[in-house]
Amino acid sequence: MALGMPKALKLNEPDGTLRRGERELLAPIEPVTMNSRAEGRVGPISSPQRLAVDVRNVSLTFETADGKVDALSNVSLQVAEGEFVSFIGPSGCGKTTMLRVIADLQQPTSGTLLVNGMSAAQARLGRRYGYVFQAPALFPWRTIEKNIKLPLEVMGFSDSEQRQRAARYLALVNLTGFERKFPWQLSGGMQQRVSIARALSFDPELLLMDEPFGALDEIVRDHLNQQLLQLWDKTGKTVLFVTHSIPEAVFLSTRIVVMSPRPGRIIDVIDCNFPRERTLEIRETSEFLKIAQRVRVGLRAGHSYDE
Amino acid sequence: MTSNTIGYSTIRAHDWRLREMVQRYEPIVAIVLALIAIWYVAAVLMNLSLVRDGFEREETPYTVADLLEGTMSAERPLLPAPHQVIGAFVDSVFGYAPTAPRSLVYHSAVTLSATLLGFVLGALLGVILALMIVHSRVLEKSLLPWIICSQMVPILALAPIFIVVLGAIGLQGLLPKSIISAYLSFFPVTVGMVKGFTSPDPMQLDLMRTWSASPRQVLAKLRWPSAVPYLFASLKVAVTISLIGAIVAELPTGGEAGIGARLLAGSYYGQTIQIWAALLAAATLASGLIGLVDLAERVVARRMGARL
Repeated sequence: MALGMPKALKLNEPDGTLRRGERELLAPIEPVTMNSRAEGRVGPISSPQRLAVDVRNVSLTFETADGKVDALSNVSLQVAEGEFVSFIGPSGCGKTTMLRVIADLQQPTSGTLLVNGMSAAQARLGRRYGYVFQAPALFPWRTIEKNIKLPLEVMGFSDSEQRQRAARYLALVNLTGFERKFPWQLSGGMQQRVSIARALSFDPELLLMDEPFGALDEIVRDHLNQQLLQLWDKTGKTVLFVTHSIPEAVFLSTRIVVMSPRPGRIIDVIDCNFPRERTLEIRETSEFLKIAQRVRVGLRAGHSYDE
Repeated sequence: MTSNTIGYSTIRAHDWRLREMVQRYEPIVAIVLALIAIWYVAAVLMNLSLVRDGFEREETPYTVADLLEGTMSAERPLLPAPHQVIGAFVDSVFGYAPTAPRSLVYHSAVTLSATLLGFVLGALLGVILALMIVHSRVLEKSLLPWIICSQMVPILALAPIFIVVLGAIGLQGLLPKSIISAYLSFFPVTVGMVKGFTSPDPMQLDLMRTWSASPRQVLAKLRWPSAVPYLFASLKVAVTISLIGAIVAELPTGGEAGIGARLLAGSYYGQTIQIWAALLAAATLASGLIGLVDLAERVVARRMGARL
């Protein structure tokens, strides 16, 4: 199938006008602007304070033993509050780096970056985002309740507030009753739910999730995807979500950012407007399959760059 | 009827537990018995010429049985038989008042107090050095070579210098011995805790960073708990070498009191049985101390949710 792909079907047209036009037709929330290449063309921004994340011409170059690696090359992306944006792409395309840069866990070599209207470092110091990693990374010597309390302890919440919040967010991820258990007593999926509750416990506006369900089996993953959607719907958070899975990205997102490696860049942004309340069944609909197909084409086009 | 059933199952459970105990200790007992057998054979072989010379010097006729009996009961054998050592040990532990200078309890207590103080000092120093090394690259580069060098000088050569220097500034008795003991025991703690403090997963460290935790919070909530298994592993090593340090420190003081003094006095007067009894006391102390650290480790591990 891949052999039949004409090379001409590259989606990263230098100006990207056509797709941008399409997108503006569909876009439910303004501003929703993407540009993939160095042109730095950014669409209209109506009110900057409504942007959860504003990335402009950000590049990041790693110095490795084998020379320089362009993890991110001139990436621009605006995410409005309340959006659910997925990043998809092969390994090394910079999607995790992108998230880490937004989280101020890594600093870009060039470009500007605003999170909730402030610099990434300020946003981190202001505890404006929660981060969920690939692995649950629970602290094994703490009970489930104490794991959720950990960020609250660090941030100096009062004891009663800690207890209330732990109970509330454990209930939110359907884990009431597991307070006194230790992490090893829970399954991988349950542990990852604890880590999500932990990220939500201090009520950040922004949730950064780096392949949170990557290590889980298909059935658990489907289940957690639904739970995550409900959670997003209930809390109204902005979510940035890194994944390897096309169905996962299409099912969850309001927008899908397709990335490509060497250098890490954005090659396509796809709008995805399923109703906020959706079931797994929508994965059988033709619209779902159409979007999935477009993601797949984008990914393949990114790959053909190397060959 | 129910009580009958319960009674039956209790017996069964008891039976099962007994069998488990036997299975668990069987290998240990077998090895101890084998070692004792080898020890007896060695005692006979090593003391044989000594005993024979004795008989021949006094020109008394002797049989093989006499010879064997002699190797088991010589007053100053080259290698005392196990029952002689245990006899002397029991005698000097229970045969005197605990404060008598011939009581092994007295000498053990003297050594134990220096060991414990040295162990506490060494453990504290070890943890503090590890903290400094983990938090500063400069200190890591400047401290680590000295720490390693300190352990390359034989303590037997250093101990008298310590005693003399500390004596010159008026420190005598317990403290100099503890300092020598601490000098030995801080090292495994430093090495273990540097490893322990740097053992957290990068993801856990990143998490703390996303919450903008202060370095002190990272230490208290992540680095320190992560290091606990390393702490206990290094404390077990440290506590035994604290004991060795205390014993070695007792040698250059001229042997007033303590297990070291007992060893020294024994070797002056060729009292091999006394030396072995003192060694047995040292071994008993060491295993008791390790047992305590082990117990503390298990209590802490249980509280930290370890899979037991």
